[in-house]
Amino acid sequence: MTVVIGFEGSANKIGIGIVRDGEVLSNPRRTYITPPGQGFLPSETAKHHRGAILTVLREALDEAGLKPADIDCVAFTKGPGMGAPLVTVALVARTVAQLWGKPLVGVNHCIGHIEMGRLITGANNPTVLYVSGGNTQVIAYSERRYRIFGETIDIAVGNCLDRFARVIKISNDPSPGYNIEQMAKKGKQYVELPYTVKGMDVSFSGILSYIEEAAHKMLSSGQCTAEDLCFSLQETVFSMLVEITERAMAHCGSQEVLIVGGVGCNLRLQEMMGVMCEERGARLFATDERFCIDNGAMIAQAGWEMFRVGQTTELSDSWITQRYRTSPHSAVKNVHWPDQEHLPGDGCVCVNNQEGT
Amino acid sequence: MAHMEPVNNKPAVSQFLQQAVLIKQGAEARVYRGRFLGKSAIIKERFQKLYRHPALDEKLTRRRTAQEVRSILRCRKAGIDAPVIYFVDYTTNCIFLEEIIDSVTVREHIASAQASGQSVEALYGLADTIGKILAKMHDEDVVHGDLTTSNILLVKGKEGRDGKLVLIDFGLSYISALPEDKGVDMYVLEKAFLSTHPNTEALFERLLKSYTASSKKAPAVIKKLDEVRLRGRKRSMVG
Repeated sequence: MTVVIGFEGSANKIGIGIVRDGEVLSNPRRTYITPPGQGFLPSETAKHHRGAILTVLREALDEAGLKPADIDCVAFTKGPGMGAPLVTVALVARTVAQLWGKPLVGVNHCIGHIEMGRLITGANNPTVLYVSGGNTQVIAYSERRYRIFGETIDIAVGNCLDRFARVIKISNDPSPGYNIEQMAKKGKQYVELPYTVKGMDVSFSGILSYIEEAAHKMLSSGQCTAEDLCFSLQETVFSMLVEITERAMAHCGSQEVLIVGGVGCNLRLQEMMGVMCEERGARLFATDERFCIDNGAMIAQAGWEMFRVGQTTELSDSWITQRYRTSPHSAVKNVHWPDQEHLPGDGCVCVNNQEGT
Repeated sequence: MAHMEPVNNKPAVSQFLQQAVLIKQGAEARVYRGRFLGKSAIIKERFQKLYRHPALDEKLTRRRTAQEVRSILRCRKAGIDAPVIYFVDYTTNCIFLEEIIDSVTVREHIASAQASGQSVEALYGLADTIGKILAKMHDEDVVHGDLTTSNILLVKGKEGRDGKLVLIDFGLSYISALPEDKGVDMYVLEKAFLSTHPNTEALFERLLKSYTASSKKAPAVIKKLDEVRLRGRKRSMVG
């Protein structure tokens, strides 16, 4: 039996989770919510995390009914993410690891999402659509490692949605994306918006600048409602995501799709992806908000995978990094995805073997 | 251009396709082989994508059909090899094109060359030619939009020598003079190239060198390519 505790706080969610051999024992979380029209800044986010983290840690242990002695390993998000919040969380992880005398494991946040997605859904070898406020990538397993097949060439889809929410002052509680989704359900009119797919990649900055510019005009002229805009934005950006996912599937001959990341909670996105999958005879896997949204258990799960094969992080190597992609010079251990023997902690999302941090 | 009357209220093209042979179903289009006006033809049918909102789907499908046709025509006028367009039906979004016989995709060619143990240098000539053709295409301000080694055909030449290269699949193409757009075009090719053909960095470098040597506008494009490459690495991946 291996019990791993995972610490996650790379954006505005601070979560700590405990996983024992594939079973999630606890997964409490807090979200830093800003007033409508505002995004979250690093220093304030870190302050929020500092204020909440020890309470959440207590909750994680209590809900799991465990004591520090029961923990085998402490996992934390090494990156990518916002600097100050990452540091806050890493600091606590390092401290408890030393206090409790347990090994430390630094985990790649993106891999955390994927590993938890696979654990919860049982997907075997899926094409993964990873969509959140900070990431938009289509990842597939090819030639013994995770590869990015398509991604955004500018901003993430979640970032596009969040910033649109700010323009029309949609509430950030519980999250801007959730509120856009609810409003979109009431939208009736489809408004034409820019659609940008370039090969296997997508671009959202164009549609964002268009809608930032046009929203107020369209709303004040009564041409459409805010609900119509939410609806149209979703239909457009989600179509783009489904399109690049389908292209990757066609390229790899894949019959499974797994959606992870905060935007993966969106039921309309899941619905559209489901229609595409059905047409191709493929299966769709998706998780709910407990695991789509950043959480500690996903870090624990990825950490569990690493710890099992002896990959730990020395204290001197436990620095955080805002931009975490593999370097060709780092010790790359091959990821054996379908064989269940893999090392997700090397930030192993590779792009064409060319990298740098 | 031939005028097809609807038969039994179904577009005549749909009836025609029932006689044709389906050779490939991609993500967006079905590709058939048939005969048109006495010639062997490829028919590319863009079908409806049910996950999209109908208004969006109609717009996109029509736009991509039109863009494909326009770009192919523009390339051909400039002397770049692309299939001849015989007929376009906008009611069913079908394009009737020349069938390029006796050809393999560059993807297949590189894969078999590597499998048979040939050195990467043996493919340098091919890289040079591809670079030259793409430079010509960009000089015509045609941005392909989906450059991959599956979208370039190599026609078998005489006596087993490399024949000509034919560009296909212009569905995502558009007209643009911007170095940014051309840079992204090359970025798409680079990613597709390197992820499909491992250990071919030198080959792609050679392609880029040939591209640069073949076009006066190339330096600006390569500069943008470098910027786009960096964007991926430097993007803040929060959340």
